[in-house]
Amino acid sequence: MRSLILRTAARQLLPIFIIISIIIMLRGHNAPGGGFIGGLIAASAYILYDIAYGVVDARRVLRMDPLYLIGLGLACALGSGIPSFLIDSPFTAQEWITFTIPFYGKFAVTSPLVFDLGVYLTVIGVLLTIVFSLAEE
Amino acid sequence: MNVLIISPVIIPFTTAIILLLLFKLKSVQRYISLIGSLVSLGISISLLVHTIDSGILSVQIGNWPAPYGITIVSDLFSAIMVVMTALMSLTVNIYSMIDIDTKRIQYGYFPLINILLMGVNGAFLTGDIFNLYVWFEVMLMSSFVLMVLGGERKQMEGAVKYVTLNLISSALFLAGLGILYGEIGTLNMADIAYTLRATADATVTGSTAMLFFIAFGIKAAIFPLFFWLPASYHTPPASVSALFAGLLTKVGVYSLIRSFTLFFVQDATFFHEFMIIIAGFTMLTGVLGAASQFEFRRVLSFHIISQIGYMIMGLGIFTPLAIAGSIFFLIHNMITKTNLFFISGVVYRLKGSYELKKLGGLYASHPWLSIFLVISAFSLAGLPPLSGFWAKFALIKAGLQSQDYPIVFIALFVSMLTLFSMVKIWAEAFWKKQPSQKNDFKSKLSARDYIVMIIPIGMLALLAVAIGIGFEPLMNICMKAASQLLNPELYIQSILGGYPK
Amino acid sequence: METVLAFLIGFLYAAGVYAMLRRSIIKLVIGLMLMGQATNLLIFTAGGLTRAQAPLVEPGQTIPPAIHADPLPEALILTAIVISFGVLAFMLVLVHRAYQTVGTDDLDKLKGTDS
Repeated sequence: MRSLILRTAARQLLPIFIIISIIIMLRGHNAPGGGFIGGLIAASAYILYDIAYGVVDARRVLRMDPLYLIGLGLACALGSGIPSFLIDSPFTAQEWITFTIPFYGKFAVTSPLVFDLGVYLTVIGVLLTIVFSLAEE
Repeated sequence: MNVLIISPVIIPFTTAIILLLLFKLKSVQRYISLIGSLVSLGISISLLVHTIDSGILSVQIGNWPAPYGITIVSDLFSAIMVVMTALMSLTVNIYSMIDIDTKRIQYGYFPLINILLMGVNGAFLTGDIFNLYVWFEVMLMSSFVLMVLGGERKQMEGAVKYVTLNLISSALFLAGLGILYGEIGTLNMADIAYTLRATADATVTGSTAMLFFIAFGIKAAIFPLFFWLPASYHTPPASVSALFAGLLTKVGVYSLIRSFTLFFVQDATFFHEFMIIIAGFTMLTGVLGAASQFEFRRVLSFHIISQIGYMIMGLGIFTPLAIAGSIFFLIHNMITKTNLFFISGVVYRLKGSYELKKLGGLYASHPWLSIFLVISAFSLAGLPPLSGFWAKFALIKAGLQSQDYPIVFIALFVSMLTLFSMVKIWAEAFWKKQPSQKNDFKSKLSARDYIVMIIPIGMLALLAVAIGIGFEPLMNICMKAASQLLNPELYIQSILGGYPK
Repeated sequence: METVLAFLIGFLYAAGVYAMLRRSIIKLVIGLMLMGQATNLLIFTAGGLTRAQAPLVEPGQTIPPAIHADPLPEALILTAIVISFGVLAFMLVLVHRAYQTVGTDDLDKLKGTDS
């Protein structure tokens, strides 16, 4: 689509969408949000870019094949279950590690967060695989 | 121990992830997938051994206690099915080395079969009814893509039917599951079994059971819900057909056996009569369909349906021997049916056609292939001393013991017709001379590729012979599995533990 | 409220089946999706409609409020929606490709693989 407004907007909105999607993914741990919705938002940014500039440019902006995103996402989801093996508790049992970061305070990393990151990446990957392959017709 | 129960699901998953991350290296994909299936086989055999030794094993995912969390259970029936799945995956992986072209690898054939295997193993191992639905969907999504991979015209036509019918079945399953949850407020299979025994409301469980029966029946391809199968199974490449024939309908049968032994036992007399009637019709329509066909893979597709009838028959008779016979039949059928689809693929490579009329002369040119075909085909028809004989023997003996004479008669009659259409394949494709006017096809299959393709065929044929000759240990395991299935208290006890009894 | 929803579910199932029986392949997809939505609504209704508080544990408490809605049907429906979203995406690609290879959207002309 050769609309100047859309093209300018798509370029500016891409980073904003991605930042918002990451915020939504992170807040999903204790509040509404999460990897799935975050992934949808991030993917919609690229889909908007695809509508404005075409699929070739959208692929260039993504910098990698969306299939790798699926692979990475699934690897994260699997990885979130691995720590539970090391202490011989059931698969995907939730584990916490708490750090103390200077000037910030306590910061907890949990295995569900890794799982959510996996969902986030997988959703982006699956959506963009489908949309790009349809757009390439 | 925790790791072992879940690993039949995790290993194909890990393999799929590695394959996705190495997507550009097409030449190594097949080897990675092969290694993955070898590891799966080792792990699942060790799971079976553990299950035989120490009874029903279970693990609570995420450490949420039952009945609130998702349970993964491995009883003998599940463990046997997982071993068979791993065996099928190994043979399909070897066969796919030659059968699958670069174009299909490029579209992700190997990651997809591993995800399919993950779904199948998940469905066999899960102890949670909603989780079963999710595994069904995992399995279906990858099978949808495998079905259309390559994008030929007939694949598209077959896929539309396959996808539609399977989605309707999923919707019915989900509806039944929702009603069941609304009624008794639990999704854990052991808890469902416990609660339904305590509070039997026959009207609700009856309608729910029927919804489940129809949903699983569509997946298992029973009469009159099978029409998607012969319309679609002969369209994808032979290795995909073989994988589907070996695994997908069997998951439907597994779910039927599991749900109708574990929790839908209230209205037993009605359902058992009903199942026996359905089984008879399934056998007959399947075998008559096969007798009227002259396309190699369509004959085999109709035979899948007729053999599903035998498994349902065992479930309908519902004695320990009958259930054991059904399990034995499942094992035997996975082996021989997959093998016959493999052979059809090799024949296609050699002669360029699946039409029996255009084939011929294969016994003279490829004796080993012919011998393996004879073994598998006669095993399917149930001739002694092959695996199919003992499977049918157990079922028929159980039928005679419980005095279900009509179904025994139908089963024997269908066996004869099965033999007829197997002999038809033998006579048309292997024994008669090559029809001279259609001799212009030049096979591109090199000698080395032929040997690679024949390895899995030989493995499965030898297995059919081995099961036939040394059937006793396997039959003992099947009897043990059946007695576990018919005593659901064990299952409930081992999952819910100190739950009020 | 249950009665209204029951009629709505029935209507959705009927509409879904009707659309699936049409000859157009696009209407087949629409019918399947309507059936999926009807099923979701069925789970929602069968799970019990409670006019009560959300099942969230307030800060400082250890259990949710005494009368709370059952969160599990929603979780099931959410999963089912996500799955049907994936299936819908696949169906659209399939229908598109099928239209390209076969050259028709008439289901009556897709009989090549029936016996």
